[in-house]
Amino acid sequence: MAATLAEKVWDAHVVRRAEGEPDLLYIDLHLLHEVTSPQAFDGLRLAGRPVRRPDLTLATEDHNVPTTPGPITDPVSRTQVETLRRNCEEFGVRLFPMGDAEQGIVHVVGPQRGLTQPGMTIVCGDSHTSTHGAFGALAFGIGTSEVEHVLATQTLPLKRFKTMAINVEGELQPGVTAKDIILAVIARIGTGGGQGYVLEYRGSAIRALSMEARMTVCNMSIEAGARAGMIAPDETTFDYLKGREHAPTGADWDAAVADWAQLRTDDDATFDAEVDIDAATLTPFVTWGTNPGQGAPLGEAVPDPERMGDDNEKAAARSALDYMGLTAGTPLREIAVDTVFVGSCTNGRIEDLRAAADVVRGRKVADSVRMLVVPGSARVRLQAEEEGLDKVFTRAGAEWRLAGCSMCLGMNPDQLAPGERSASTSNRNFEGRQGKGGRTHLVSPLVAAATAVRGTLSSPADLDAVETA
Amino acid sequence: MDKFTTHTGIGVPLRRSNVDTDQIIPAVYLKRVTRDGFEDGLFAAWRKDETFVLNDPAYAAGSVLVAGPDFGTGSSREHAVWALMNYGFRVVISSRFADIFRGNSGKAGLLTAQVAQDDVELLWKLLENEPGTSVTVDLGARTIQAGDITCSFEVDDYTRWRLMEGLDDIGLTLRNEGDITAFEQTRPAYKPHTQPVGQ
Repeated sequence: MAATLAEKVWDAHVVRRAEGEPDLLYIDLHLLHEVTSPQAFDGLRLAGRPVRRPDLTLATEDHNVPTTPGPITDPVSRTQVETLRRNCEEFGVRLFPMGDAEQGIVHVVGPQRGLTQPGMTIVCGDSHTSTHGAFGALAFGIGTSEVEHVLATQTLPLKRFKTMAINVEGELQPGVTAKDIILAVIARIGTGGGQGYVLEYRGSAIRALSMEARMTVCNMSIEAGARAGMIAPDETTFDYLKGREHAPTGADWDAAVADWAQLRTDDDATFDAEVDIDAATLTPFVTWGTNPGQGAPLGEAVPDPERMGDDNEKAAARSALDYMGLTAGTPLREIAVDTVFVGSCTNGRIEDLRAAADVVRGRKVADSVRMLVVPGSARVRLQAEEEGLDKVFTRAGAEWRLAGCSMCLGMNPDQLAPGERSASTSNRNFEGRQGKGGRTHLVSPLVAAATAVRGTLSSPADLDAVETA
Repeated sequence: MDKFTTHTGIGVPLRRSNVDTDQIIPAVYLKRVTRDGFEDGLFAAWRKDETFVLNDPAYAAGSVLVAGPDFGTGSSREHAVWALMNYGFRVVISSRFADIFRGNSGKAGLLTAQVAQDDVELLWKLLENEPGTSVTVDLGARTIQAGDITCSFEVDDYTRWRLMEGLDDIGLTLRNEGDITAFEQTRPAYKPHTQPVGQ
């Protein structure tokens, strides 16, 4: 029977199917971090249960870690990280701790080691697990009770998802990136539009994206309410994986590629819903509100809540503008920021850093702006330093930091002060997300870097040419 | 998990849509390694506003939250469910819930009752006009009753059964451990392991 990509991966992992029950799905890879795992390990201890498959489980330290050298000074954060270390030791789970060459944000580490592969089921107690769907894996975030369930059984009982095709056809204009695609998708379908669905991103504009750009797109599927986003694997995927530490080799590689090549939606399969987006019409996109669906093209103005659809939308927009300290009608390009953050599991990979570095190379960060550049993993940091990107950033006046979740969420020392405004390459502009009272505009790495230079929301096209000596 | 059949408690009108889990409990409150004590972080930013609904003594002892659409979006943190339960909530009523939040609630024993937005509006009006009004939620009958309002709510059969029986998911799954072991024999050899390669 004709099937979509998501249905194929689902069906290949059904351990048990019974009338009136959710399917029991096998989980190929379980990623852990310090915030959502301690209560799960506690549950195992109380019930006297072991971790069923430590060899399919991997932990990193990311949410609480400071991005400046030295130990964690906040005692509560330190306890959480130390608890993860004790739990991993006790239950035999491999851990990449702070200071390790493999440490980093959990969703950057999995792919870069080649652990994330097509056709797998991948879970983590973190909603941005959708990132791994870029490889044609079915990957989604879970809560702590489910983390405990996977640790104990390597399975999850799940109600089948519906499927939605996001067709992005055509060619992106210069300066328009994966981040702009996904922000436009979320603005189109809304923060609840993907609820109950797995999104499959398709079309020529998606095919043309690099693996890292595909990860950026899939990463924010959750911001449209979808638990997972997927992209069918192709030569781009195979080229990325080949030679990575955990990628198959020899005859295993050939067998894997033969299987992976089948992982595409059949021509006669149908989706439960479809959305079409014309890539050529997209421009740099920024958010103006307090949820990721409240966004607009950079060339537009802050919208007027009174001209929105229903009462709930009006009320949400009014309250968002109030929190953000914005007035309807203000051109988005005139909004001045205090902080620019480049990093996170959305945009903290090497291509993101290269893109931002290309913009600030030979330029200066505006005096009124503090710019933080935080690699997504220790390996990304090392690679960037080999390419001299750290020097490009520091010469421009930006801060070059150690790997971690950093300013994506107000859990470690990198935070906005109340009332401070940021242009951020992260994924959430919720009230207080980057620190109590902080105001967030979500942007691409290109827009972030250009904004750092001009001091107001900008794209590279707004910058004067760099004078060459 | 305690069995859930019916619950009666004070209804709290939360007139907001898109209540994300960062609003329910900000990240800075997620550092505990236990499942209790999270009530201090519940709606932390909003509770600093004296006009916030939970700061009104008539609602402070509420246990049935009535919220706008898209409740629980964003982060997968189950701490959001724990914070609501630690505070005393047993039921959240909304016209649409985020998937992960709803799943987490079902596992932890918090009932998420999905109703039409029109019913939310009626409940909001009643609870605002008559603060302290009790709401009764009957999981067996799938009905909500408050004042003159009676409406039905949606919850999937499997979650309803588990909540009513107070069942532990892991125990249920391990009844079928043979199926898991059998499945593991069929997994392709090329699938990755997390241990250092070569070991």
